[in-house]
Amino acid sequence: MDSSIVINNLIKSYGSLRALDNLNLRVENGGFYGLVGPDGAGKTSLMRIITSLLLPDDGYIRVAGLDPVKDYKKLRLKLGYMPGRFSLYQDLTVEENLKFFASVFGTTIKENYNLIAPVYSQIEPFKNRRAGKLSGGMKQKLALSCALVHKPEILILDEPTTGVDAVSRREFWDMLKDIRSKGITILVSTPYMEEAVLCDTISLMFDGKIIDSGTPNEITSHFKEPIFVVKTDFVRSLLKIIREMPCLKSVNSFGQTLHVVLNSDDCGAKDVSEFIKSKCSFDFQIEPYSAGIEDCFINHIISRKK
Amino acid sequence: MNRFLAFLTKEFLHIFRDVRTMMILFLIPVFQILIFGYVIKNEVRDAKVGVLDFSGDVMTAQIVSKLDAANDIEIVDYYKNYSEIESAFKANKIKAAIVFEPNFAATFVKEREANLQIILDASDPNLANLLNSYISAISANYANEQKASQAVINVSIEPRMLYNENLVSAYMFVPGTMALILMVITALMSSISIVREKEIGTMEILLVSPLKPIQIILGKLAPYAILSIVNAISIIIIGNFVFGVPILGSPIVLLILSFIFILMALSLGLLISNIAKTQQVAMFISMFGLLLPTMLLSGFIFPIENMPVALQYFSYIVPAKYFLIALKSVMLKGLGFAFIWKELLVLLGMTSLFIGISVKKFKIRLD
Repeated sequence: MDSSIVINNLIKSYGSLRALDNLNLRVENGGFYGLVGPDGAGKTSLMRIITSLLLPDDGYIRVAGLDPVKDYKKLRLKLGYMPGRFSLYQDLTVEENLKFFASVFGTTIKENYNLIAPVYSQIEPFKNRRAGKLSGGMKQKLALSCALVHKPEILILDEPTTGVDAVSRREFWDMLKDIRSKGITILVSTPYMEEAVLCDTISLMFDGKIIDSGTPNEITSHFKEPIFVVKTDFVRSLLKIIREMPCLKSVNSFGQTLHVVLNSDDCGAKDVSEFIKSKCSFDFQIEPYSAGIEDCFINHIISRKK
Repeated sequence: MNRFLAFLTKEFLHIFRDVRTMMILFLIPVFQILIFGYVIKNEVRDAKVGVLDFSGDVMTAQIVSKLDAANDIEIVDYYKNYSEIESAFKANKIKAAIVFEPNFAATFVKEREANLQIILDASDPNLANLLNSYISAISANYANEQKASQAVINVSIEPRMLYNENLVSAYMFVPGTMALILMVITALMSSISIVREKEIGTMEILLVSPLKPIQIILGKLAPYAILSIVNAISIIIIGNFVFGVPILGSPIVLLILSFIFILMALSLGLLISNIAKTQQVAMFISMFGLLLPTMLLSGFIFPIENMPVALQYFSYIVPAKYFLIALKSVMLKGLGFAFIWKELLVLLGMTSLFIGISVKKFKIRLD
């Protein structure tokens, strides 16, 4: 059984806007792959091309060994797809929704109950409630159950956790891991960097291109510049001051901390510290830091702009 | 087949669970036909008429009492001069006034002719026209009687209105409303139900599912076909029992005719759903693209023969026109297939054209 996704030099434009620009991607059999990027990066377009809902302008694409342009009928049987918006029938109950999608795919809830049980059992007590009356987290679980009920080989999830509370999000990712362990290939997109590290392999997407790929560790190890974290109660004031520093590459605030990236190894924490002290008398602490996915992402974008 | 049944079940659930849909489907048609029935009336009932009699003889008195005796006219006041008539018009006390010339009877006897003037409030042109013909007819009738009694042979015209002897307007508006309701509601609801799936995003999932486009289309349209037939039957029953519109032709022919028209409306709905991206656009197209032509250009309210030539040609592409011709033939004239096959053929032709375009344009992908 081939449930890999192979994409080479994929191009998709909407008028003069290039949504996907010579994109390459490879999701292995049984992989758990994350697409990370801000809104407008092209994640949804890519997923719609993979699910045969959109036609690419150019490029090579094989999903489970099938061409989504020509063999879309066969391919659609193998896919489980959860679109970005909550797209189930709000006026039908939880059970009616699930039953409907099961019948449409020629199966029953019973037949694949084992597969959906980890997800569905959590919302089963509310099975007679209308889908429109569920909370955001429960809606996502129902949508996932519906996408899974026909036992797809590949599960494609477009920003499944957007607009869902933190607890539900964590539960949701645990469920994905569970599904993955049953041999289903998963491709998931998310704008949340901290979620991305839960995937085996991730790609950072920006402006229709993949700017970096690898395991989360590989991606963070690609971060070469010195990076420090500055902790202070005066984030806004220090941000302004640090921006004036000579050998600075970038500075970004993360809550009550600042991540400071320097241009070369010639500068260090000491230079930053001295520069701040020369400008003001605010209290702060500076420590070495190991870059996260978000730092990598910002760094890539800044490098590209320069 | 199970797939299709599941889809159909889901569609019925959507319809029965949505109060608004149910109201549009079942309450609005009933209200519409009742409102049309009681509001749009071409018959004149007790129109108020005033009299300015410069003559004041037996003959004028007889004419006035004849007019007053008619169901349609009520003589409300007598005036002494024209200015009183004018103020009565302005105060909206009368819709028409009759003026007899001085020495009316004497002139009539001497010259076998006398003058009577009818003044009408044409701010309501329909009513003015009707009153004009009523008053003219009644007075001409009287004049003829008088002449006849004086042993002069005179031709009297006695029109007979076939198929609707009393010119009851219900005979006109019940078929018309039926065409309007079936057309607009069927096309509107079916197009909206398809576009809704696009709008809420479920179409994405349906497309990625093994459902065939034809199953999606049929599953969407079948419930509305069934419900529209129920509607058609209830309109015919209301027309018959409440407004006394006869059903002279075979009920089977009537049902088949209605069903073909419903199919046509559904295929139009399908076509609209192909073009429209949002429910609002679908509603807009159905309302303006279908409602107005069906009301104005089908011969429902205004006779096609009286339209400008360009609009007369345009009326050939208004499906409701053919339905109305056939429907009236069956209901009011009692005719069968032999007389309406042309209209049926045109409707079927339109249906297959619309379905053809829609199936060809049905998107198996997003755009």
